[in-house]
Amino acid sequence: MGRILLVTRLATRDLRRRRTEATLLLLAILAATTTLTLGLVLRDAAGDPYQSTRAATEGPDVVVTAGQAIDPAGLAELDKLATAPGVTAHSGPYPVIAGKLEASGRTSDVQVEGRDATVAAVDQPQVTQGSWVSDGGVVLEAAFADSLEVGVGDSVTLGGRSFKVVGAAVTAAMPPYPGASCIVSAGCINGAIPKDRDLPAGLLHNPGLAWLTQADVRSLASDRSSLSYVMNLKLADPDEAEAFVDRTGGDHGGAMPMQAWQSILADATDLAKDSQILLLIGAWLLGLLAVASLSVLVGGRMADQHRRVGLLKAVGGTPSLVAAVLLVEYLLVAVVAAAAGLTIGSLTAPLLTESSAGLVGSAGTASPTWSTIGLVTAVALGVAVVATAVPAVRAARASTASALADAARPPRRTGWLIALSARLPVPLLLALRVAARRPRRVVLGVISIAVTVSGSYVLLVLNAFLGDQPGTGAYTEAQVAVLRHVLLVWTVILLSLAAVNAIVITWATVLDNRHASALARALGATPQETAVALATAQVLPAFLGAVLGVFPGGWALFAAINTITGGDSDRATLPASWQLIALVLATVLVVAALTSVPARLGGRRPVAATL
Amino acid sequence: MSNAADTPVLSARGLRKEYGKGEGLVRAVDGVDLDVSAGETVAIMGPSGCGKSTLLHLLGGLDRPSGGEVRLNDRRIDNISEKALARMRRTDVSYVFQSFHLMEELTAVENVELSALLAGRPPRAARRRAEELLKQVGLAGRARFLPSALSGGQRQRVAVARALSNEPLVVLADEPTGNLDSAATLDVLQLFKDLRDSGQTLIMVTHDARIAATADRKFSMRDGALMDETWPTGGTTGQLGTLVRLED
Repeated sequence: MGRILLVTRLATRDLRRRRTEATLLLLAILAATTTLTLGLVLRDAAGDPYQSTRAATEGPDVVVTAGQAIDPAGLAELDKLATAPGVTAHSGPYPVIAGKLEASGRTSDVQVEGRDATVAAVDQPQVTQGSWVSDGGVVLEAAFADSLEVGVGDSVTLGGRSFKVVGAAVTAAMPPYPGASCIVSAGCINGAIPKDRDLPAGLLHNPGLAWLTQADVRSLASDRSSLSYVMNLKLADPDEAEAFVDRTGGDHGGAMPMQAWQSILADATDLAKDSQILLLIGAWLLGLLAVASLSVLVGGRMADQHRRVGLLKAVGGTPSLVAAVLLVEYLLVAVVAAAAGLTIGSLTAPLLTESSAGLVGSAGTASPTWSTIGLVTAVALGVAVVATAVPAVRAARASTASALADAARPPRRTGWLIALSARLPVPLLLALRVAARRPRRVVLGVISIAVTVSGSYVLLVLNAFLGDQPGTGAYTEAQVAVLRHVLLVWTVILLSLAAVNAIVITWATVLDNRHASALARALGATPQETAVALATAQVLPAFLGAVLGVFPGGWALFAAINTITGGDSDRATLPASWQLIALVLATVLVVAALTSVPARLGGRRPVAATL
Repeated sequence: MSNAADTPVLSARGLRKEYGKGEGLVRAVDGVDLDVSAGETVAIMGPSGCGKSTLLHLLGGLDRPSGGEVRLNDRRIDNISEKALARMRRTDVSYVFQSFHLMEELTAVENVELSALLAGRPPRAARRRAEELLKQVGLAGRARFLPSALSGGQRQRVAVARALSNEPLVVLADEPTGNLDSAATLDVLQLFKDLRDSGQTLIMVTHDARIAATADRKFSMRDGALMDETWPTGGTTGQLGTLVRLED
């Protein structure tokens, strides 16, 4: 117990003594944990409105559709399903017709469902505006109405006839527009369609959903065979819905397609899934950046703590105690970062889900699940351990005498680089030698920039992809806006952490090279040459990292995203050459600007005092 | 304080360096006047903390004085820009430090050529000059050794070679034997005598009476001020042979 107290006390005191470094450590891990939490919470947060809608509308457990030209025997089959074992309630079958809806000068495919004016036992859409269906009055699915910018009192044309919009409603029997499932036998297709492809005649593209009275639907049908039917079933055990579909749908050879509520939920949260994928990829990239940040920060701190390690060992601390003290410091920071990341992520996730108009309620403050808490905490601790373990063990094993003497870790010698640098102008000569002294730090700098540029490459691709979406109909403008928000969050955190990394790496380099820089100045290097050298020592790895970040980094990351999401890379527009060149140049310029201040400060340190 | 007849290559007038304010004011260098002629060797002695190293830093432009002036070849250097000071250190003034200050990752020859490279000399010429200098200081066979593989005396000889790389007007040596054992001290003493004989202007700060005895003039420093000036005239001081005898 005493040992635990001692380790904790030493760790907390040191953290308090070095608040700036502790804050930087915290920010680095916090960025990764927040993004990871956002990604993990998002699906649950987006699922909530669907569940609210399901509860508010007596949402069906299974939706059954029957095709056109169904004979009386087919309708009898539907009726049989209503009394199948496990079914406790049903509504329908309701007639459905495919058609075109014209409103506000726009024409959209639509599935029109005939409903009773009275309340149904299962799937009674909840009116969010106006009233429920009446003869001559149409109710539009809320997200569809929103997209068409049509409201109560407007007129729309269906099948050549004018109807007055009497209301907008939400349902849990179908995902909101434009992800609607197909309940007409003509067939539907959602998402983007290549410009060179023609749709088969009659196939609906991104259809919306509208409700009329049954009489109005039947009056729109040219003949009885143009009608399809939909029936909503409530089961005794909703969790058995998928099994019910497998069991019962199989009996009908697929003639009556069925959809379980779990499948509707998955489709309804497609957007959230896309956001989640983006955020999770961002989280892993940020995790890598956090490891790079931490490695540099920890490396710098360890050099600073060399004498403290010697003192601990001189008064009887074992190597394991010393390693424990060093590790506990970073683990404490990681635990705080995990808790803060979980809180911030959970609170901000709803801002990115913005449950579409097609569902009731808002995502609210979804609580992270235990698995989310566990994973986020594990990642935070993992990042801390990966970054700290090697320097902690190295410090613990260091000779007590040399630690007490505060002997600096000798720099590396890279002979060929030293020989090469002798032929270069003074700033480059010094820069290459500064870089060569700490190759591990250079590698971390390259990785940090490569990860950032890879992320930026993917952001360019996704941004171009989203720019095309409102035209293709795969996403509405509102959904594109949500995904753009996600990308923005991703970008801001990624670039911020990369900027922190660049400054931290430069400052660590400045501190590490203070003696060498002072000596160079004593031998005749100007402060400007020293400052330029310190900045150039960061810019050269940044250039390499930027090039590697474009290829293979960005290319590989995009391929990985496509593999994970099952996406079609042919639909994406890859960045143009000029964009990639601009990306590399911008990276180099930004790194040069970020590193110039610490480098300038480092180049102006008083020589006599340092030597 | 100088009796030098020639125009001094380096001179200081009323040189002051102060740290702190009010009651905490410390005068590390307090009104020093000094003239050093070309080819002269000057030793400054005194106890630890008397301001010897600070004076040396002020004379070489490594630090800025609080008052007074420093002239190198009759040109004021205490008020010139950092850039101009750096240029001056490339060619006119060089240092030999007590703790050598060699770059650990560079070999002996790479350390020596560094000053020349910083001064913009062509790499080949810089390397040739470095090899010549290492030969002069007796380290031709150790040119490719890292400092960690050299003894203290050898490291200081590398540092002296580096200081001579750009043929400076003045070499400033701060406790050049402070970190050396007796044998290494004798090596460095011989080297400094050779420098003096070659006409190199040299200002040394030292605790060591033996190295001070190689100087043309010797100053005592106390509480930031130069107290006494001694002009060795031969005999038992200023001669290396005598120094060896002192060692005995």
